[in-house]
Amino acid sequence: MRVIASSAGNFLRKHVYVAFILPALLIYVVFLVYPLLSSLYYGFFQWDGITRGAFMGLANFKKLLAESPYNVRFFSALKHNIHFFLMTMAVQNLVGLAFALILSRGIRGASVYQTIFFMPYTMSVIVLGFLWSLILNPTWGVFNKLLATVGLSGLARPWLGDMATALPAITLVNAWHWVGFPMLVFLAGLEAIPAELHEAARLDGAGGWKLFRRITMPLLMPSITIVTILTFIGNFNAFEIIFAMEGSSGGPYYATDVLGTLFYRTAFGEAGGFSGQDIGLGSAIAAVMFVIIFAISYLGTRFMRSREMQY
Amino acid sequence: MVPAQSSIRNWTRTACTTGLHVMLLAYSIVVLYPFFLMIVTSFKSTREIFFSPFGLPAQPGFETYLKVWKNASFNVYFANSAIITGVSVLLILAVGSLAAYGLARYNFRMNTAIYLFFLAGLMLPIRLGIVPLFLLMKNLNLVDTRSALILTYVANGMPFAIFVLTGFFRTLPGELEEAARLDGCGEFMIFHRVMLPLIRPALATVTIFNFVPLWNDLFFPLIFIRSDALKTIPLGMTLFFGQYETEWGLLFAGLVIATIPLATLYLFMSRQFIKGLTAGAIK
Repeated sequence: MRVIASSAGNFLRKHVYVAFILPALLIYVVFLVYPLLSSLYYGFFQWDGITRGAFMGLANFKKLLAESPYNVRFFSALKHNIHFFLMTMAVQNLVGLAFALILSRGIRGASVYQTIFFMPYTMSVIVLGFLWSLILNPTWGVFNKLLATVGLSGLARPWLGDMATALPAITLVNAWHWVGFPMLVFLAGLEAIPAELHEAARLDGAGGWKLFRRITMPLLMPSITIVTILTFIGNFNAFEIIFAMEGSSGGPYYATDVLGTLFYRTAFGEAGGFSGQDIGLGSAIAAVMFVIIFAISYLGTRFMRSREMQY
Repeated sequence: MVPAQSSIRNWTRTACTTGLHVMLLAYSIVVLYPFFLMIVTSFKSTREIFFSPFGLPAQPGFETYLKVWKNASFNVYFANSAIITGVSVLLILAVGSLAAYGLARYNFRMNTAIYLFFLAGLMLPIRLGIVPLFLLMKNLNLVDTRSALILTYVANGMPFAIFVLTGFFRTLPGELEEAARLDGCGEFMIFHRVMLPLIRPALATVTIFNFVPLWNDLFFPLIFIRSDALKTIPLGMTLFFGQYETEWGLLFAGLVIATIPLATLYLFMSRQFIKGLTAGAIK
Protein backbone atom coordinates (compact mmCIF):
# COMPACT_ATOMS: atom_id res chain seq x y z
CA MET A 1 0.00 0.00 0.00
CA ARG A 2 2.69 2.42 1.02
CA VAL A 3 4.75 1.45 -2.02
CA ILE A 4 1.87 2.28 -4.32
CA ALA A 5 1.23 5.58 -2.55
CA SER A 6 4.82 6.68 -2.69
CA SER A 7 5.22 5.67 -6.32
CA ALA A 8 2.07 7.62 -7.14
CA GLY A 9 3.59 10.52 -5.22
CA ASN A 10 6.78 10.21 -7.24
CA PHE A 11 4.84 10.11 -10.47
CA LEU A 12 2.93 13.23 -9.52
CA ARG A 13 6.10 15.04 -8.45
CA LYS A 14 7.60 14.36 -11.86
CA HIS A 15 4.37 14.93 -13.76
CA VAL A 16 2.71 17.60 -11.67
CA TYR A 17 0.78 18.86 -14.71
CA VAL A 18 -1.39 15.73 -14.51
CA ALA A 19 -2.87 16.93 -11.23
CA PHE A 20 -3.64 20.30 -12.83
CA ILE A 21 -5.29 18.91 -15.94
CA LEU A 22 -7.01 15.77 -14.67
CA PRO A 23 -10.16 17.25 -13.06
CA ALA A 24 -11.06 19.26 -16.16
CA LEU A 25 -10.30 16.35 -18.47
CA LEU A 26 -12.44 13.98 -16.44
CA ILE A 27 -15.51 16.21 -16.31
CA TYR A 28 -15.12 17.13 -19.97
CA VAL A 29 -14.82 13.55 -21.17
CA VAL A 30 -17.55 12.06 -18.98
CA PHE A 31 -20.20 14.77 -19.32
CA LEU A 32 -19.53 16.16 -22.79
CA VAL A 33 -17.36 14.04 -25.10
CA TYR A 34 -18.82 10.67 -24.13
CA PRO A 35 -22.50 11.75 -24.49
CA LEU A 36 -21.80 13.53 -27.76
CA LEU A 37 -20.02 10.52 -29.31
CA SER A 38 -22.65 8.11 -27.96
CA SER A 39 -25.39 10.19 -29.54
CA LEU A 40 -23.80 9.41 -32.90
CA TYR A 41 -24.26 5.65 -32.56
CA TYR A 42 -27.36 5.28 -30.35
CA GLY A 43 -29.39 5.71 -33.53
CA PHE A 44 -28.11 2.37 -34.85
CA PHE A 45 -29.85 0.44 -32.06
CA GLN A 46 -33.34 -0.60 -31.23
CA TRP A 47 -34.65 1.00 -28.05
CA ASP A 48 -37.29 -0.26 -25.70
CA GLY A 49 -38.07 2.80 -23.60
CA ILE A 50 -34.69 3.69 -22.15
CA THR A 51 -33.19 0.22 -22.53
CA ARG A 52 -30.89 -0.37 -25.44
CA GLY A 53 -31.81 -3.41 -27.56
CA ALA A 54 -30.33 -5.06 -30.61
CA PHE A 55 -28.16 -3.43 -33.25
CA MET A 56 -30.37 -2.67 -36.20
CA GLY A 57 -28.12 -0.93 -38.67
CA LEU A 58 -29.66 1.93 -40.58
CA ALA A 59 -33.30 1.08 -39.80
CA ASN A 60 -33.90 4.22 -37.69
CA PHE A 61 -32.30 6.40 -40.33
CA LYS A 62 -34.41 4.79 -43.08
CA LYS A 63 -37.52 5.38 -41.03
CA LEU A 64 -36.57 9.02 -40.53
CA LEU A 65 -35.71 9.77 -44.14
CA ALA A 66 -38.08 7.54 -46.12
CA GLU A 67 -41.07 6.51 -44.03
CA SER A 68 -44.19 8.61 -43.66
CA PRO A 69 -45.05 10.50 -41.45
CA TYR A 70 -41.53 10.68 -40.02
CA ASN A 71 -39.87 11.85 -43.22
CA VAL A 72 -42.58 14.49 -43.78
CA ARG A 73 -41.95 15.94 -40.33
CA PHE A 74 -38.18 15.72 -40.73
CA PHE A 75 -37.95 17.46 -44.10
CA SER A 76 -40.46 20.11 -43.10
CA ALA A 77 -38.42 20.83 -39.96
CA LEU A 78 -35.21 20.98 -42.01
CA LYS A 79 -36.87 23.38 -44.45
CA HIS A 80 -37.96 25.62 -41.55
CA ASN A 81 -34.40 25.66 -40.20
CA ILE A 82 -33.12 26.75 -43.60
CA HIS A 83 -35.78 29.48 -43.89
CA PHE A 84 -35.06 30.59 -40.34
CA PHE A 85 -31.34 30.86 -41.12
CA LEU A 86 -31.80 32.72 -44.42
CA MET A 87 -34.32 35.18 -42.95
CA THR A 88 -32.05 35.77 -39.94
CA MET A 89 -29.10 36.50 -42.23
CA ALA A 90 -31.22 38.92 -44.26
CA VAL A 91 -32.85 40.71 -41.34
CA GLN A 92 -30.80 40.40 -38.17
CA ASN A 93 -27.32 40.44 -39.66
CA LEU A 94 -27.95 43.11 -42.30
CA VAL A 95 -29.54 45.36 -39.68
CA GLY A 96 -26.61 44.62 -37.38
CA LEU A 97 -24.21 45.60 -40.17
CA ALA A 98 -26.16 48.80 -40.88
CA PHE A 99 -26.07 49.81 -37.20
CA ALA A 100 -22.36 49.02 -37.03
CA LEU A 101 -21.67 51.20 -40.09
CA ILE A 102 -23.66 54.07 -38.58
CA LEU A 103 -22.14 53.78 -35.11
CA SER A 104 -18.59 53.49 -36.46
CA ARG A 105 -18.87 57.00 -37.92
CA GLY A 106 -18.38 58.49 -34.47
CA ILE A 107 -21.98 59.63 -34.10
CA ARG A 108 -22.83 61.29 -30.79
CA GLY A 109 -24.24 58.91 -28.17
CA ALA A 110 -22.90 55.86 -30.01
CA SER A 111 -22.09 53.99 -26.81
CA VAL A 112 -25.57 54.64 -25.37
CA TYR A 113 -27.23 53.24 -28.51
CA GLN A 114 -24.85 50.30 -28.38
CA THR A 115 -25.83 49.57 -24.77
CA ILE A 116 -29.55 49.78 -25.57
CA PHE A 117 -29.40 47.61 -28.71
CA PHE A 118 -27.39 44.93 -26.92
CA MET A 119 -29.65 44.80 -23.85
CA PRO A 120 -32.05 42.05 -25.02
CA TYR A 121 -29.02 39.83 -25.70
CA THR A 122 -28.48 39.43 -21.95
CA MET A 123 -32.01 38.19 -21.28
CA SER A 124 -33.48 34.73 -21.38
CA VAL A 125 -35.18 33.42 -24.50
CA ILE A 126 -38.11 32.15 -22.47
CA VAL A 127 -38.85 35.52 -20.83
CA LEU A 128 -38.58 37.49 -24.08
CA GLY A 129 -40.46 34.80 -26.02
CA PHE A 130 -43.34 34.94 -23.53
CA LEU A 131 -43.28 38.74 -23.53
CA TRP A 132 -43.56 38.87 -27.32
CA SER A 133 -46.26 36.23 -27.47
CA LEU A 134 -48.33 38.38 -25.11
CA ILE A 135 -47.67 41.44 -27.29
CA LEU A 136 -48.63 39.55 -30.45
CA ASN A 137 -51.69 37.89 -28.91
CA PRO A 138 -54.66 38.46 -31.28
CA THR A 139 -57.29 39.41 -28.68
CA TRP A 140 -55.26 41.01 -25.90
CA GLY A 141 -51.94 41.96 -27.36
CA VAL A 142 -50.99 45.56 -28.08
CA PHE A 143 -49.43 44.93 -31.49
CA ASN A 144 -52.69 44.61 -33.41
CA LYS A 145 -54.18 47.44 -31.33
CA LEU A 146 -51.22 49.59 -32.30
CA LEU A 147 -51.87 48.81 -35.96
CA ALA A 148 -55.50 49.83 -35.48
CA THR A 149 -54.47 53.14 -33.87
CA VAL A 150 -52.41 54.09 -36.90
CA GLY A 151 -55.20 53.06 -39.25
CA LEU A 152 -53.72 49.76 -40.39
CA SER A 153 -56.26 47.49 -38.72
CA GLY A 154 -56.59 45.66 -42.05
CA LEU A 155 -53.11 44.21 -41.46
CA ALA A 156 -53.96 42.84 -38.04
CA ARG A 157 -53.89 39.07 -37.75
CA PRO A 158 -52.99 36.34 -35.28
CA TRP A 159 -49.29 36.61 -36.13
CA LEU A 160 -48.22 33.50 -34.26
CA GLY A 161 -51.34 31.52 -35.13
CA ASP A 162 -51.26 32.08 -38.87
CA MET A 163 -49.21 29.47 -40.73
CA ALA A 164 -47.94 32.06 -43.20
CA THR A 165 -46.70 34.58 -40.62
CA ALA A 166 -45.67 32.43 -37.64
CA LEU A 167 -42.09 31.67 -38.69
CA PRO A 168 -41.35 35.19 -40.01
CA ALA A 169 -42.76 36.64 -36.77
CA ILE A 170 -40.50 34.38 -34.72
CA THR A 171 -37.54 35.32 -36.91
CA LEU A 172 -38.19 38.99 -36.17
CA VAL A 173 -38.48 38.42 -32.42
CA ASN A 174 -35.30 36.34 -32.57
CA ALA A 175 -33.52 39.10 -34.52
CA TRP A 176 -34.73 41.70 -32.01
CA HIS A 177 -33.24 39.52 -29.27
CA TRP A 178 -29.78 38.88 -30.78
CA VAL A 179 -29.05 41.79 -33.17
CA GLY A 180 -26.63 43.37 -30.69
CA PHE A 181 -24.16 40.57 -31.24
CA PRO A 182 -23.55 40.88 -35.01
CA MET A 183 -23.60 44.66 -34.54
CA LEU A 184 -20.71 44.51 -32.06
CA VAL A 185 -18.73 41.97 -34.08
CA PHE A 186 -19.05 44.15 -37.20
CA LEU A 187 -18.25 47.26 -35.21
CA ALA A 188 -15.02 45.69 -33.95
CA GLY A 189 -14.23 44.57 -37.49
CA LEU A 190 -14.78 48.08 -38.85
CA GLU A 191 -12.63 49.64 -36.15
CA ALA A 192 -9.79 47.30 -37.08
CA ILE A 193 -9.66 48.59 -40.66
CA PRO A 194 -6.83 51.15 -40.88
CA ALA A 195 -8.19 54.63 -41.59
CA GLU A 196 -5.41 55.28 -44.14
CA LEU A 197 -6.94 52.71 -46.46
CA HIS A 198 -10.19 54.62 -46.65
CA GLU A 199 -8.37 57.93 -47.05
CA ALA A 200 -6.18 56.61 -49.83
CA ALA A 201 -9.19 55.24 -51.68
CA ARG A 202 -11.08 58.50 -51.21
CA LEU A 203 -8.12 60.44 -52.65
CA ASP A 204 -8.25 58.11 -55.63
CA GLY A 205 -11.81 59.29 -56.14
CA ALA A 206 -13.74 56.38 -54.65
CA GLY A 207 -16.86 57.37 -52.77
CA GLY A 208 -19.82 55.98 -50.91
CA TRP A 209 -20.91 52.66 -52.32
CA LYS A 210 -17.67 51.95 -54.18
CA LEU A 211 -15.66 52.54 -51.03
CA PHE A 212 -17.88 50.13 -49.15
CA ARG A 213 -17.90 47.49 -51.87
CA ARG A 214 -14.17 47.56 -52.65
CA ILE A 215 -12.53 48.38 -49.33
CA THR A 216 -14.84 47.90 -46.36
CA MET A 217 -16.58 44.68 -47.42
CA PRO A 218 -13.46 42.64 -48.30
CA LEU A 219 -11.70 43.73 -45.12
CA LEU A 220 -14.79 42.91 -43.08
CA MET A 221 -14.86 39.33 -44.38
CA PRO A 222 -13.39 37.79 -41.18
CA SER A 223 -16.26 39.31 -39.15
CA ILE A 224 -18.78 38.23 -41.79
CA THR A 225 -17.43 34.67 -41.58
CA ILE A 226 -17.76 34.56 -37.79
CA VAL A 227 -21.27 36.02 -37.78
CA THR A 228 -22.49 33.72 -40.57
CA ILE A 229 -21.14 30.55 -38.99
CA LEU A 230 -22.37 31.42 -35.49
CA THR A 231 -25.80 32.33 -36.89
CA PHE A 232 -25.92 29.02 -38.71
CA ILE A 233 -24.99 27.02 -35.61
CA GLY A 234 -27.43 29.01 -33.48
CA ASN A 235 -30.34 28.68 -35.92
CA PHE A 236 -29.83 24.95 -36.49
CA ASN A 237 -29.73 24.42 -32.72
CA ALA A 238 -32.83 26.55 -32.20
CA PHE A 239 -35.31 25.16 -29.71
CA GLU A 240 -36.18 27.53 -26.88
CA ILE A 241 -37.64 30.37 -28.93
CA ILE A 242 -40.02 27.97 -30.71
CA PHE A 243 -40.82 26.18 -27.45
CA ALA A 244 -41.62 29.48 -25.73
CA MET A 245 -43.76 30.97 -28.49
CA GLU A 246 -45.31 27.98 -30.26
CA GLY A 247 -44.90 24.99 -27.93
CA SER A 248 -42.87 21.84 -28.48
CA SER A 249 -44.84 20.83 -31.60
CA GLY A 250 -43.92 24.02 -33.42
CA GLY A 251 -47.48 25.19 -34.04
CA PRO A 252 -49.68 26.22 -35.75
CA TYR A 253 -49.84 22.78 -37.30
CA TYR A 254 -46.03 22.33 -37.44
CA ALA A 255 -45.55 25.60 -39.33
CA THR A 256 -42.64 26.50 -37.03
CA ASP A 257 -41.43 22.99 -36.25
CA VAL A 258 -37.63 22.90 -36.48
CA LEU A 259 -35.12 20.08 -36.01
CA GLY A 260 -34.61 21.09 -32.37
CA THR A 261 -38.31 20.72 -31.46
CA LEU A 262 -38.69 17.55 -33.55
CA PHE A 263 -35.67 16.04 -31.79
CA TYR A 264 -36.99 17.02 -28.36
CA ARG A 265 -40.45 15.57 -28.98
CA THR A 266 -39.08 12.36 -30.44
CA ALA A 267 -36.41 11.69 -27.84
CA PHE A 268 -38.32 12.80 -24.76
CA GLY A 269 -41.93 12.32 -25.80
CA GLU A 270 -44.60 14.97 -25.72
CA ALA A 271 -48.17 15.49 -26.82
CA GLY A 272 -48.43 15.86 -30.57
CA GLY A 273 -45.96 14.56 -33.09
CA PHE A 274 -45.21 10.88 -32.79
CA SER A 275 -46.76 9.42 -29.70
CA GLY A 276 -44.45 8.70 -26.82
CA GLN A 277 -40.72 8.53 -26.63
CA ASP A 278 -38.50 6.94 -29.28
CA ILE A 279 -34.86 7.15 -28.30
CA GLY A 280 -33.62 5.28 -31.39
CA LEU A 281 -35.34 7.64 -33.81
CA GLY A 282 -34.47 10.65 -31.64
CA SER A 283 -30.79 9.68 -31.69
CA ALA A 284 -30.96 9.27 -35.45
CA ILE A 285 -32.26 12.86 -35.68
CA ALA A 286 -29.44 14.02 -33.37
CA ALA A 287 -26.84 12.23 -35.53
CA VAL A 288 -28.19 13.78 -38.74
CA MET A 289 -28.27 17.23 -37.10
CA PHE A 290 -24.71 16.72 -35.86
CA VAL A 291 -23.49 15.87 -39.35
CA ILE A 292 -25.34 18.80 -40.95
CA ILE A 293 -24.15 21.35 -38.39
CA PHE A 294 -20.58 20.09 -38.22
CA ALA A 295 -20.10 19.60 -41.96
CA ILE A 296 -21.62 22.91 -43.02
CA SER A 297 -19.92 24.98 -40.35
CA TYR A 298 -16.58 23.35 -41.16
CA LEU A 299 -16.87 23.62 -44.96
CA GLY A 300 -18.48 27.05 -44.68
CA THR A 301 -15.62 28.36 -42.56
CA ARG A 302 -13.05 27.02 -45.01
CA PHE A 303 -14.86 28.45 -48.02
CA MET A 304 -15.33 31.86 -46.45
CA ARG A 305 -11.77 31.98 -45.08
CA SER A 306 -10.48 31.47 -48.60
CA ARG A 307 -12.28 34.67 -49.61
CA GLU A 308 -10.84 36.77 -46.82
CA MET A 309 -8.00 39.10 -47.70
CA GLN A 310 -4.93 40.37 -45.96
CA TYR A 311 -3.83 43.93 -45.72
CA MET B 1 -19.75 80.83 -54.51
CA VAL B 2 -17.34 78.87 -52.37
CA PRO B 3 -18.90 79.75 -49.00
CA ALA B 4 -22.35 78.97 -50.41
CA GLN B 5 -21.21 75.57 -51.57
CA SER B 6 -19.61 74.70 -48.27
CA SER B 7 -22.70 75.79 -46.40
CA ILE B 8 -24.78 73.50 -48.61
CA ARG B 9 -22.39 70.70 -47.83
CA ASN B 10 -22.63 71.48 -44.13
CA TRP B 11 -26.37 71.50 -44.38
CA THR B 12 -26.48 68.10 -46.09
CA ARG B 13 -24.16 66.68 -43.50
CA THR B 14 -26.35 67.97 -40.65
CA ALA B 15 -29.45 66.62 -42.36
CA CYS B 16 -27.78 63.27 -42.80
CA THR B 17 -26.65 63.07 -39.17
CA THR B 18 -30.13 64.05 -38.02
CA GLY B 19 -31.62 61.30 -40.20
CA LEU B 20 -29.30 58.74 -38.65
CA HIS B 21 -30.19 59.90 -35.15
CA VAL B 22 -33.88 59.57 -35.97
CA MET B 23 -33.26 55.99 -37.13
CA LEU B 24 -31.25 55.10 -34.05
CA LEU B 25 -33.82 56.69 -31.75
CA ALA B 26 -36.65 54.87 -33.51
CA TYR B 27 -34.92 51.54 -33.02
CA SER B 28 -34.16 52.41 -29.39
CA ILE B 29 -37.91 52.74 -28.93
CA VAL B 30 -38.44 49.37 -30.61
CA VAL B 31 -36.04 47.85 -28.07
CA LEU B 32 -37.23 49.69 -24.97
CA TYR B 33 -40.99 49.92 -25.52
CA PRO B 34 -41.72 46.20 -24.87
CA PHE B 35 -39.94 46.49 -21.51
CA PHE B 36 -41.82 49.69 -20.69
CA LEU B 37 -45.07 47.98 -21.65
CA MET B 38 -44.18 44.98 -19.51
CA ILE B 39 -43.65 47.14 -16.42
CA VAL B 40 -46.70 49.36 -16.95
CA THR B 41 -49.04 46.45 -17.70
CA SER B 42 -47.93 44.58 -14.60
CA PHE B 43 -49.60 47.29 -12.49
CA LYS B 44 -52.90 47.17 -14.34
CA SER B 45 -56.14 45.36 -13.70
CA THR B 46 -57.32 42.83 -16.28
CA ARG B 47 -60.07 45.26 -17.34
CA GLU B 48 -57.58 48.04 -17.92
CA ILE B 49 -55.25 45.81 -19.90
CA PHE B 50 -58.04 45.08 -22.33
CA PHE B 51 -59.71 48.49 -22.59
CA SER B 52 -56.75 50.87 -22.29
CA PRO B 53 -53.75 48.90 -23.48
CA PHE B 54 -51.53 51.97 -23.98
CA GLY B 55 -52.59 54.11 -21.04
CA LEU B 56 -50.88 54.31 -17.69
CA PRO B 57 -52.52 52.38 -14.86
CA ALA B 58 -55.31 54.41 -13.20
CA GLN B 59 -54.44 53.26 -9.69
CA PRO B 60 -51.14 51.46 -9.82
CA GLY B 61 -51.33 48.59 -7.35
CA PHE B 62 -48.90 46.02 -6.10
CA GLU B 63 -51.60 43.34 -5.72
CA THR B 64 -50.35 41.52 -8.80
CA TYR B 65 -46.87 41.36 -7.33
CA LEU B 66 -48.11 40.23 -3.93
CA LYS B 67 -50.19 37.54 -5.58
CA VAL B 68 -47.32 36.36 -7.78
CA TRP B 69 -44.96 36.29 -4.83
CA LYS B 70 -47.46 34.33 -2.71
CA ASN B 71 -48.73 31.87 -5.31
CA ALA B 72 -45.77 31.28 -7.56
CA SER B 73 -42.54 30.24 -5.90
CA PHE B 74 -40.25 32.84 -7.46
CA ASN B 75 -38.14 32.96 -4.31
CA VAL B 76 -37.49 29.23 -4.73
CA TYR B 77 -36.73 29.61 -8.44
CA PHE B 78 -34.45 32.54 -7.73
CA ALA B 79 -32.52 30.60 -5.08
CA ASN B 80 -32.12 27.64 -7.43
CA SER B 81 -30.91 29.80 -10.30
CA ALA B 82 -28.46 31.54 -7.98
CA ILE B 83 -27.08 28.31 -6.50
CA ILE B 84 -26.81 26.45 -9.78
CA THR B 85 -25.32 29.33 -11.75
CA GLY B 86 -23.04 30.41 -8.91
CA VAL B 87 -21.59 26.98 -8.16
CA SER B 88 -21.20 26.18 -11.87
CA VAL B 89 -19.33 29.40 -12.60
CA LEU B 90 -17.05 28.96 -9.57
CA LEU B 91 -16.24 25.39 -10.60
CA ILE B 92 -15.64 26.43 -14.21
CA LEU B 93 -13.17 29.05 -12.97
CA ALA B 94 -11.43 26.67 -10.54
CA VAL B 95 -11.21 23.55 -12.71
CA GLY B 96 -10.67 25.55 -15.91
CA SER B 97 -7.84 27.70 -14.57
CA LEU B 98 -6.07 24.65 -13.13
CA ALA B 99 -6.15 22.89 -16.49
CA ALA B 100 -5.23 26.04 -18.39
CA TYR B 101 -2.24 26.53 -16.08
CA GLY B 102 -1.11 22.95 -16.60
CA LEU B 103 -1.37 23.34 -20.36
CA ALA B 104 0.23 26.77 -20.52
CA ARG B 105 3.17 26.33 -18.16
CA TYR B 106 4.36 22.73 -18.45
CA ASN B 107 5.95 21.01 -21.42
CA PHE B 108 4.96 17.41 -21.98
CA ARG B 109 4.32 15.13 -24.88
CA MET B 110 0.53 15.27 -25.18
CA ASN B 111 0.24 18.99 -24.40
CA THR B 112 -0.92 20.31 -27.78
CA ALA B 113 -3.14 17.31 -28.40
CA ILE B 114 -4.99 17.78 -25.10
CA TYR B 115 -5.32 21.52 -25.70
CA LEU B 116 -6.87 20.92 -29.13
CA PHE B 117 -9.08 18.20 -27.68
CA PHE B 118 -10.57 20.78 -25.29
CA LEU B 119 -10.86 23.39 -28.03
CA ALA B 120 -12.86 21.03 -30.24
CA GLY B 121 -15.73 21.52 -27.79
CA LEU B 122 -16.03 25.15 -28.95
CA MET B 123 -17.19 24.01 -32.39
CA LEU B 124 -19.50 21.14 -31.46
CA PRO B 125 -23.27 21.29 -31.05
CA ILE B 126 -23.09 20.10 -27.46
CA ARG B 127 -26.83 19.84 -26.82
CA LEU B 128 -27.13 16.97 -29.29
CA GLY B 129 -25.56 14.69 -26.68
CA ILE B 130 -28.59 15.16 -24.44
CA VAL B 131 -30.06 11.64 -24.76
CA PRO B 132 -26.89 9.78 -23.67
CA LEU B 133 -26.28 12.48 -21.07
CA PHE B 134 -29.77 11.99 -19.67
CA LEU B 135 -29.30 8.21 -19.49
CA LEU B 136 -25.91 8.73 -17.82
CA MET B 137 -27.46 11.01 -15.20
CA LYS B 138 -30.20 8.47 -14.67
CA ASN B 139 -27.63 5.72 -14.04
CA LEU B 140 -25.79 8.00 -11.64
CA ASN B 141 -29.10 8.75 -9.87
CA LEU B 142 -28.66 12.42 -10.61
CA VAL B 143 -31.84 13.14 -12.57
CA ASP B 144 -33.86 15.80 -10.77
CA THR B 145 -30.90 17.15 -8.81
CA ARG B 146 -28.99 20.41 -9.04
CA SER B 147 -25.79 18.38 -9.51
CA ALA B 148 -26.96 17.14 -12.92
CA LEU B 149 -27.12 20.73 -14.14
CA ILE B 150 -23.90 21.79 -12.44
CA LEU B 151 -21.88 18.90 -13.89
CA THR B 152 -23.31 19.53 -17.37
CA TYR B 153 -22.58 23.25 -17.19
CA VAL B 154 -19.03 22.75 -15.91
CA ALA B 155 -18.28 20.30 -18.75
CA ASN B 156 -19.79 22.72 -21.28
CA GLY B 157 -17.80 25.60 -19.82
CA MET B 158 -14.40 23.91 -20.16
CA PRO B 159 -13.57 24.63 -23.84
CA PHE B 160 -14.04 28.40 -23.64
CA ALA B 161 -12.46 28.74 -20.19
CA ILE B 162 -9.39 26.76 -21.24
CA PHE B 163 -9.13 28.63 -24.53
CA VAL B 164 -9.15 32.06 -22.86
CA LEU B 165 -7.18 31.23 -19.70
CA THR B 166 -4.43 29.25 -21.44
CA GLY B 167 -3.87 32.21 -23.73
CA PHE B 168 -3.50 34.50 -20.72
CA PHE B 169 -1.25 32.19 -18.71
CA ARG B 170 1.09 31.89 -21.70
CA THR B 171 1.72 35.63 -21.71
CA LEU B 172 3.08 35.66 -18.13
CA PRO B 173 6.90 35.81 -17.88
CA GLY B 174 8.66 32.60 -16.78
CA GLU B 175 10.89 34.51 -14.33
CA LEU B 176 7.96 34.91 -11.96
CA GLU B 177 7.63 31.17 -11.63
CA GLU B 178 11.36 30.61 -11.20
CA ALA B 179 11.68 33.29 -8.55
CA ALA B 180 8.79 31.78 -6.60
CA ARG B 181 10.29 28.30 -6.96
CA LEU B 182 13.63 29.57 -5.59
CA ASP B 183 11.74 31.00 -2.64
CA GLY B 184 10.56 27.48 -1.93
CA CYS B 185 6.99 27.72 -3.20
CA GLY B 186 5.32 24.47 -4.23
CA GLU B 187 3.80 24.14 -7.68
CA PHE B 188 0.24 24.65 -6.50
CA MET B 189 1.24 27.63 -4.37
CA ILE B 190 2.89 29.26 -7.41
CA PHE B 191 -0.28 28.77 -9.40
CA HIS B 192 -2.58 29.97 -6.65
CA ARG B 193 -0.60 32.82 -5.10
CA VAL B 194 1.56 34.13 -7.91
CA MET B 195 0.01 33.40 -11.30
CA LEU B 196 -3.75 33.32 -10.70
CA PRO B 197 -4.02 36.90 -9.39
CA LEU B 198 -2.31 38.11 -12.58
CA ILE B 199 -5.03 36.83 -14.90
CA ARG B 200 -8.00 38.45 -13.13
CA PRO B 201 -9.29 40.21 -16.28
CA ALA B 202 -9.47 36.86 -18.07
CA LEU B 203 -11.30 35.33 -15.11
CA ALA B 204 -13.84 38.17 -15.31
CA THR B 205 -14.40 37.45 -19.01
CA VAL B 206 -14.94 33.74 -18.35
CA THR B 207 -17.33 34.58 -15.50
CA ILE B 208 -19.63 36.78 -17.57
CA PHE B 209 -19.42 34.59 -20.66
CA ASN B 210 -20.78 31.68 -18.60
CA PHE B 211 -22.95 33.45 -16.05
CA VAL B 212 -25.45 35.01 -18.46
CA PRO B 213 -26.26 31.94 -20.62
CA LEU B 214 -26.36 29.62 -17.58
CA TRP B 215 -28.68 31.95 -15.69
CA ASN B 216 -30.96 32.10 -18.75
CA ASP B 217 -30.80 28.44 -19.76
CA LEU B 218 -34.06 26.58 -20.19
CA PHE B 219 -32.98 23.53 -22.16
CA PHE B 220 -31.06 21.50 -19.56
CA PRO B 221 -33.42 22.28 -16.63
CA LEU B 222 -36.33 21.26 -18.86
CA ILE B 223 -34.72 17.86 -19.41
CA PHE B 224 -33.23 17.21 -15.96
CA ILE B 225 -35.51 18.86 -13.39
CA ARG B 226 -38.92 17.53 -12.34
CA SER B 227 -39.64 18.77 -8.78
CA ASP B 228 -40.97 22.27 -8.32
CA ALA B 229 -38.54 22.81 -5.45
CA LEU B 230 -35.57 22.52 -7.85
CA LYS B 231 -36.83 24.64 -10.74
CA THR B 232 -34.82 27.60 -12.00
CA ILE B 233 -36.34 30.92 -13.07
CA PRO B 234 -36.69 30.06 -16.80
CA LEU B 235 -38.22 26.65 -16.04
CA GLY B 236 -40.44 28.14 -13.31
CA MET B 237 -41.67 30.69 -15.86
CA THR B 238 -43.04 27.93 -18.11
CA LEU B 239 -44.97 26.47 -15.16
CA PHE B 240 -46.22 29.91 -14.14
CA PHE B 241 -47.41 30.74 -17.65
CA GLY B 242 -49.32 27.47 -17.83
CA GLN B 243 -51.09 28.18 -14.54
CA TYR B 244 -52.10 31.82 -14.98
CA GLU B 245 -52.85 31.81 -18.69
CA THR B 246 -55.74 34.26 -18.36
CA GLU B 247 -54.50 36.59 -15.64
CA TRP B 248 -52.45 38.95 -17.69
CA GLY B 249 -51.48 41.31 -14.91
CA LEU B 250 -49.89 38.40 -13.09
CA LEU B 251 -48.08 37.19 -16.20
CA PHE B 252 -46.50 40.59 -16.76
CA ALA B 253 -45.58 40.90 -13.09
CA GLY B 254 -43.90 37.48 -13.35
CA LEU B 255 -41.94 38.63 -16.39
CA VAL B 256 -40.81 41.76 -14.55
CA ILE B 257 -39.62 39.71 -11.57
CA ALA B 258 -37.74 37.34 -13.87
CA THR B 259 -36.11 40.22 -15.75
CA ILE B 260 -35.01 42.35 -12.81
CA PRO B 261 -31.85 40.55 -11.60
CA LEU B 262 -29.92 40.47 -14.87
CA ALA B 263 -31.29 43.78 -16.15
CA THR B 264 -30.05 45.49 -12.98
CA LEU B 265 -26.61 43.94 -13.33
CA TYR B 266 -26.51 44.98 -16.99
CA LEU B 267 -27.44 48.53 -16.12
CA PHE B 268 -24.40 48.85 -13.84
CA MET B 269 -21.91 46.71 -15.74
CA SER B 270 -22.92 47.01 -19.39
CA ARG B 271 -19.33 47.50 -20.52
CA GLN B 272 -18.13 44.32 -18.83
CA PHE B 273 -21.20 42.42 -20.07
CA ILE B 274 -20.60 43.45 -23.65
CA LYS B 275 -16.91 42.60 -23.46
CA GLY B 276 -17.47 39.24 -21.78
CA LEU B 277 -20.33 38.09 -23.96
CA THR B 278 -18.66 38.92 -27.24
CA ALA B 279 -15.29 37.49 -26.18
CA GLY B 280 -14.11 34.82 -28.56
CA ALA B 281 -15.88 36.36 -31.55
CA ILE B 282 -14.01 39.64 -31.06
CA LYS B 283 -10.30 39.52 -30.46
